[in-house]
Amino acid sequence: MSMFLARRLVTRCFSSRPLHVCIVGSGPAGFYTADKLLKAHEGARIDIIDRLPTPYGLVRSGVAPDHPETKIAINQFSRVAQHERCAFYGNVKLGSDLSLSELRDLYHVHGLFRLYLHMVLKLTKILAFQSLGGVFSAREFVWWYNGHPDYSSLKPDLKSSDKAVILGQGNVALDVARILLRPTTELASTDIATHALSALEESSIRKVYLVGRRGPVQAALTAKELREILGIKNLHIRIKETDLSVTPADEEEMKNSRARKRIYELLSKAAAAAGTFEGDCGQRELHFVFFRQPERFLESDESKGRVSGVNLEKTILESVGSGKQIAVGTGEFEDINCSMVLKAIGYQSVPINGLPFDHKKGIVPNVRGRVVSTEPGLYVCGWLKRGPVGIIATNLYCAEETVGSISQDIEEGGVGKSEKEGSKGLMQLLEKKEVKMVDFSGWEKIDAKEKQMGIDRNKPREKLVTWEDLLAAASADS
Amino acid sequence: MLFHRLSRLGSRIVKELPRERHFSVSGMRVLQGSYSQYLQSSAVTQRQSRTFQQAFFSSNYNLCTLFSTISETEKINVIFVDKDGEEIHIKVPVGMNILEAAHENDIELEGACECSLACSTCHVIVMDTEYYNKLEEPTDEENDMLDLAFGLTETSRLGCQVIAKPELDGIRLAIPSATRNFAVDGFVPKPH
Repeated sequence: MSMFLARRLVTRCFSSRPLHVCIVGSGPAGFYTADKLLKAHEGARIDIIDRLPTPYGLVRSGVAPDHPETKIAINQFSRVAQHERCAFYGNVKLGSDLSLSELRDLYHVHGLFRLYLHMVLKLTKILAFQSLGGVFSAREFVWWYNGHPDYSSLKPDLKSSDKAVILGQGNVALDVARILLRPTTELASTDIATHALSALEESSIRKVYLVGRRGPVQAALTAKELREILGIKNLHIRIKETDLSVTPADEEEMKNSRARKRIYELLSKAAAAAGTFEGDCGQRELHFVFFRQPERFLESDESKGRVSGVNLEKTILESVGSGKQIAVGTGEFEDINCSMVLKAIGYQSVPINGLPFDHKKGIVPNVRGRVVSTEPGLYVCGWLKRGPVGIIATNLYCAEETVGSISQDIEEGGVGKSEKEGSKGLMQLLEKKEVKMVDFSGWEKIDAKEKQMGIDRNKPREKLVTWEDLLAAASADS
Repeated sequence: MLFHRLSRLGSRIVKELPRERHFSVSGMRVLQGSYSQYLQSSAVTQRQSRTFQQAFFSSNYNLCTLFSTISETEKINVIFVDKDGEEIHIKVPVGMNILEAAHENDIELEGACECSLACSTCHVIVMDTEYYNKLEEPTDEENDMLDLAFGLTETSRLGCQVIAKPELDGIRLAIPSATRNFAVDGFVPKPH
């Protein structure tokens, strides 16, 4: 999600005037947009700002520690950040350090790539019980084990029982299930935060339930991740045979999507292989629970204020046309006991002051990336533009579209004619406000320190997990 | 005398401590060393050269091979057709993968995960079924990534998994147009 405030390039022949661009958010959407903008416009000068002192957004804080190959995209991003016409400024927050109007005064093009901040809770009843201890959004849990400085002190309780329930069956749900169930010896050599590794080493969680309101054909996960979790050593998979029966509507869905078909086949094979083997008590189990939607959380009698289970309603599927099926409650209920619930059912972007926002879709209203507003020069890319869906690569195409719109606006003369200060103005403003920004070389110091600390522990890096440590490392003398 | 004994004990303890630490650290290294070093060395190699990469999560271990020293290998003709329909003719040494070849010739084909079978950005469409059939069957891992590719067709492959061989001489590969085929989760781009 990027907003670009683009000042208009006079014309390509008169490219003496630089195009000052500010991108808010340094995740994949931000970097892909910067990359394409640098290539498309020789006069483009881009400043990427981010609230955190570290760049790369969810690639650093969302991708699971045991998925290092997914983080390779960072190599391309750092090349962009090191480009002579591009600069990264961390620890600069839109809203508190800078306002949208101040950015508008300084830049021609303004792009915003902001992240989600809340889990979408589609069932309003659950909202009432949100404050039960042991109930977290998957995002909080992921940020906790990935060492995000805002969540390093989450301290989830992994010792009260052997059961955890995860609401949702997408890749995020699989990620958290995998981190809970993978042998910790395998996690010890990843870049997982040490506080999380220690907690997981003492964890008593052995049974994880992935709860989805629809069936195996509709599950939101993807084949690669499913294959991976099914292949974990000594992990027993539990799927009810009855859940695997398909209806003609399901067949239709599978015909239209080879991905769906592949996932269904993987789940069927896993169910068949598991058979009726009961196994011993201490073993690790992953249960796929289909056709159940959460009704409410159950509070523990012994420890008030803590969750002790989830009450689920059985569902059936109903066609709503165009091949889509939705879950409908049947009025039958059952409980699963647990001491931790992780909600992995989607994200919602948070509105930004000064920008229009569509609360229903969770996006900034836009047309091909151009923000619908009276002010020109504002653009979005990424989740703020499309909603919180897609993979890292999705932003590649999203960026292409947004940069296409920017280029078009520049050609047609609709964007910016006046003098803008760009970076120089930003530096002056930040200095005046005494904002301690972290530039790319500051990030490189953090990076080097983390890698150095990682060597001692046989990990690719040992993340710095507090704001103080991050800012101290960034400003240390090399 | 007691003091003397105590101080000897003390110095013994002090001498033992570093040795123990060393042993446990090196012990750990023995256990986890191979996996982690493998990852780390690969990471170092990545930084050094994008042309050499090992997809360690692929059972086929497809290599992005280093070709700077090979000058006399047989080359095949490959034609890229970009989003605007323009044809780019290049020569590719046998054994090189298509993504590598595209980058060597400044063709705009993304390779976000640098040949690790962790993305689908090097997606190409083989324009003639005859050539498509000459390729090796995609592995499960490649299929998993292809499933997520934009503008997927019956003859789609990941460029990093297509290795040049003599039978592929003259192969035509289309680079999918992202904006034309932009269909993520049912999103349909608004018409102009």
